Amino acid sequence: MFSSAAIQEIEDIRAKYPNARAALLPAIYVAQREFGWLPPEAYEAVADLLNVPKATVRGVATFYAMYKQKPMGRHLIQLCTNVSCMILGAERLVDLLKSAYGVEPGGVSPDGRFSLVIMECIGACGTAPAMLVNDDFHENLTEKNLQEILEKYK
Amino acid sequence: MMETVLLKNIENPNSADIAEYKKVGGYRSIGKALGMEPQKVIDEVKRAGLRGRGGAGFPVAMKWTFASADPKFPKYLLCNADEGEPGTFKDRPILEKNPHLLIEGMVISGHALKAEYGYIYLRGEYPAAKHILNAAIKQAYDNNLLGENILGKGITFHLAVHQGAGAYICGEETALIESLEGDKGQPRIKPPFPVNVGVFSKPTVVNNVETLSNLPYIIEVGGEAYAKIGTPDCPGPKIFCVSGHVEKPGVYELPMGTKLKDIIYTHCGGIRGGKKLKAVIPGGISTPVLPPEKIDCAMDFVNMPKNGSMLGSGAVIVMDETVCLVKVCYRALKFFEHESCGKCTPCREGTGWLRSILGRIENGEGADGDIEALLTISANMLGKTFCPLGDGAASVVQNFIKHFRPEFEEHIKAKKCAVSG
Repeated sequence: MFSSAAIQEIEDIRAKYPNARAALLPAIYVAQREFGWLPPEAYEAVADLLNVPKATVRGVATFYAMYKQKPMGRHLIQLCTNVSCMILGAERLVDLLKSAYGVEPGGVSPDGRFSLVIMECIGACGTAPAMLVNDDFHENLTEKNLQEILEKYK
Repeated sequence: MMETVLLKNIENPNSADIAEYKKVGGYRSIGKALGMEPQKVIDEVKRAGLRGRGGAGFPVAMKWTFASADPKFPKYLLCNADEGEPGTFKDRPILEKNPHLLIEGMVISGHALKAEYGYIYLRGEYPAAKHILNAAIKQAYDNNLLGENILGKGITFHLAVHQGAGAYICGEETALIESLEGDKGQPRIKPPFPVNVGVFSKPTVVNNVETLSNLPYIIEVGGEAYAKIGTPDCPGPKIFCVSGHVEKPGVYELPMGTKLKDIIYTHCGGIRGGKKLKAVIPGGISTPVLPPEKIDCAMDFVNMPKNGSMLGSGAVIVMDETVCLVKVCYRALKFFEHESCGKCTPCREGTGWLRSILGRIENGEGADGDIEALLTISANMLGKTFCPLGDGAASVVQNFIKHFRPEFEEHIKAKKCAVSG
């Protein structure tokens, strides 16, 4: 189910802990990267590799917001709307993402280009409003520069 | 402006590289500390009067003494880098720009605790920091500053990054431990405390990024000299992170006890666009909101509680007259409802009910008795949960109502918001 590189990666992670169970969170990250999200096969693969019950893997994974329970768009927009971002206009950015790309919070744009997740603070409050696109921070967002930034993500 | 300790050299674009860190005096304290008896390191930290920077302000030397006295081995040192308190971005510059300062601090702390294993529990929302920390850890291993027989002193310390996955509750130390063990991040009842029964059932110290980053400087100058910074009860430098309606938001390393008013008006240039100050959340969203007449107060773990709030993480959120505080309170409760782990009923149910009532007030559908209902629910949450998340949510509501009740009443009466329409 996993590529041999992914299996090796999980083995390397496991070596950092005194038991296999502690490698569960990082292993789920690897599975998510391999599958693009967490379908039932991903849980099975992790469960088999770490010798942890599948129900446990699923129970743990569904507790955490960053593990994705449904297919995602090509690029993941994680936009913060918590207080520091909200008082500097983050909600208008949510509206703009809806009107410009047709993507709702928690959803995927119809063309499959973007997923949008509303975040509870991403630690960029001094440069609010802010978002992560995939692994990149983008800060001091405005209705004007938001679309320019997203141009880079095809 | 005093010399910076924690944010030293961060303007240097290569500050995360070991060579640049060494150029400004980095890794000089590690040799000195590893040559000291572990108890002597703890004594030095005690003289420094260092308190934990994660929000609680617990004396570090006391926590370390408990863990050190426990006969069980191995012991673990966990760095809490799950910086999730909304408004907080003080640890991020250390993690991204000064990772070797944290690593040096952890090796020194590990030695003091006789801990041979450390983990940095890093929030999932900091992907850049993960790569930077992993690169820095590799450099430290390559330079014999981590691993076996560090600098030939016969001391072992292994360090790895453990990435969280977007759960605010994992900033609570027992939830962090659960998460590191590969479980849902739900807090444990205390006692036993982590210093006796922590991760993998072993004695464990959990310290914040900023706390651990103070160690190299304490060893360098000595506890006594360190304690001259800040206030007698709360010595040392503190990183304040300021967001919202100020001219110059950002991170500021200042002596502990700097007045809130001076942070806003002197360091951050005052309120943006010359507008009027309406409210300040001084220590992250879980700390009680303050009205403008209460900002002439020293920001430390002793004076802020006397002033009706808390230092928290030092995350100052400044709000001007254009902000609807009912909406801010509503947004805060949406956050708490989302982040409640669901274990304790008063928190799980209470945050939902508070959010729901605040939502209808904000949306012009408030009814007579709603404010009283908010207060009753809050009172029934306080002190009735395993961890402070429920307390935080309840006290946020209580304090917004305490200081800004007319705004809530106006919303209910007029069926709309006088500020944002």
